[in-house]
Amino acid sequence: MSDVTSDTALAAAKSAKVETPFQRFRAEFFESKIATVALGVFLIIVLLAILAPWITPQNPYDLAQVSVMDGRLPPGSEAFDGYTMWLGSDGSGRDLYSAILYGLRISLTVGLASGVIALLIGMAIGLIAAYAGGRIEAFIMRIVDLQLSFPASLVALMMVAALGKGVDKIILALVIAQWAYYARTVRATALVERGKEYVEAAQCLGISRSRVVFRHILPNCMAPLIVVGTVQTASAISLEATLSFLGVGLPQTEPSIGVLIANGFEYMLSGRYWISVFPGVALLLTVVSINLVGDHLRDVLNPRLRK
Amino acid sequence: MSAVLEVSGLKTHFFTHAGVVKAVDGVDFTVSKGEVMGLVGESGSGKSITGFSILGLIDQPGRIVEGSIKFNGDEIANAPEKKLKTLRGNRISMIFQDPMMTLNPVLRVDTQMIEAILAHEKVSKQTAWERSRDALGLVGIPSPEERLQAYPHQLSGGMRQRVAIATAFLNKPDLIIADEPTTALDVTIQAQIIHEAQKLTKQTGTAMIWITHDLAVVAGLAERISVMYAGRIVEQGGIDDVIDRPLHPYTVGLLGSVPTANRRGKRLFQIEGMTPNMLALPKGCAFGPRCHARSEACNQQPPVENIDRRSLRCFNPQPAAKVVK
Repeated sequence: MSDVTSDTALAAAKSAKVETPFQRFRAEFFESKIATVALGVFLIIVLLAILAPWITPQNPYDLAQVSVMDGRLPPGSEAFDGYTMWLGSDGSGRDLYSAILYGLRISLTVGLASGVIALLIGMAIGLIAAYAGGRIEAFIMRIVDLQLSFPASLVALMMVAALGKGVDKIILALVIAQWAYYARTVRATALVERGKEYVEAAQCLGISRSRVVFRHILPNCMAPLIVVGTVQTASAISLEATLSFLGVGLPQTEPSIGVLIANGFEYMLSGRYWISVFPGVALLLTVVSINLVGDHLRDVLNPRLRK
Repeated sequence: MSAVLEVSGLKTHFFTHAGVVKAVDGVDFTVSKGEVMGLVGESGSGKSITGFSILGLIDQPGRIVEGSIKFNGDEIANAPEKKLKTLRGNRISMIFQDPMMTLNPVLRVDTQMIEAILAHEKVSKQTAWERSRDALGLVGIPSPEERLQAYPHQLSGGMRQRVAIATAFLNKPDLIIADEPTTALDVTIQAQIIHEAQKLTKQTGTAMIWITHDLAVVAGLAERISVMYAGRIVEQGGIDDVIDRPLHPYTVGLLGSVPTANRRGKRLFQIEGMTPNMLALPKGCAFGPRCHARSEACNQQPPVENIDRRSLRCFNPQPAAKVVK
């Protein structure tokens, strides 16, 4: 009897070759065409942003290359220096194609950096809250509640007003505005995981507290964290654009996407749509592609929706 | 035989808002080297809490309020966490009911087993890996090298429980507490698991407390049996004495509720009523209100008596009771 069952179990295990959870996740992710395309679009955007200095005709930060003579040219016009401005130029004569790619560099840097930092901080705080319990947990979670009762844009706005302009300050402001989302997510999942038997089993094996938290509980909290991470990164990018649009984000000399949109806003009614619309489209594509990837990650990582 | 574990007068109570739950209320037993003791009772009778008390893993609002737990002669009831940690998984291991739940789903089997060794010993990863492989081989897992690389979801329920048992035996503990380890498995696998556990206790001299509600399992596995009801051991003795000639009306009832083939079509014996509310236990003998043999005397708590090669908590033993088989 023993041999029969072990043989069939062995055969079953052999036919389903040993695949890691990551391999299974990858296979399931690429089943969705929309998510695959969205990921492709996002990667192209990232690539364009990284390669900006080599594939754009103009460095929009170098004032020597920017000529007011080229200001407000419609898409397809020829610049004074001889290249074609396929997306037109803005009020100060910046080639929009170049400005958008350079702007994307800033937007993506700010979004990803603040996303990762907020994730690490929020994760640590959420884990501490879940594992410590009691007063420490109550204290941390009330701060989280307090922070989440204000809109993120308001928190970010106040922070920027207090900190001043600049990429580092924007990142700091966005981290402060967003860590609470991660903390709440991690704490909720960690509480669920902590109640599971494998944690009890690990304790019964005499495994140390920190190892249980970081090796056993944390990896099991990753799925919701990744999903929240993508969504929050997208919202950090649009939040940065909002702040810059309102004139409290990045300075005019370092135009991020939000600054470009704001610059073109005053020309909208005079028919010079391109100055705002093209940066707007770039922002839209970035945020939507990240959100689509995030949505699909949620479906793939959610065990209840798993096939 | 030397006693590995001596529990005497153990009381573990939970202080809830609704009142004090006396989950374990005065439990005594001894387990000797290489011996398997069955701890039997219905859900909520305190058998699992007894197990967790030994490991010192009682969560708030519960605590051990009284009694002593001597492990190899050493007092470990309410011992400092540091001391208990060196025992857990090392000298005392635990096997749980649901093998689906007790292995971490995101870690490979080898990671989890090696970790259990490294938590207690300073050996190289390679040595730990070899010991894990050998342990899997011992519990009858074919091609253990491959299984070590698997994730829990790639193993069947029986396989997973074998992994859990192998992990429990990794550090050659003196005592294993098995908390309903075969309840979630089907009978054929159950038989194999019991066989492996029995073989391993014989080979290694490890003592075992096998917590279950399944009398058939205990009858085939254990040498001694303790029957628990509402936080107390009501009958305790050698397996043959208790199973063949039960004296406590509760044991008689439990044995009568097991369906057997040569009684087909007849109505099963049923213990009347429900397990009592642990917050409002009846006065005197907790089994009193459900007992068909109750008398005036049962309004008092029956003391532990040693009669007929067993210890018993009952005023009205049922020597003549014939268990219908």
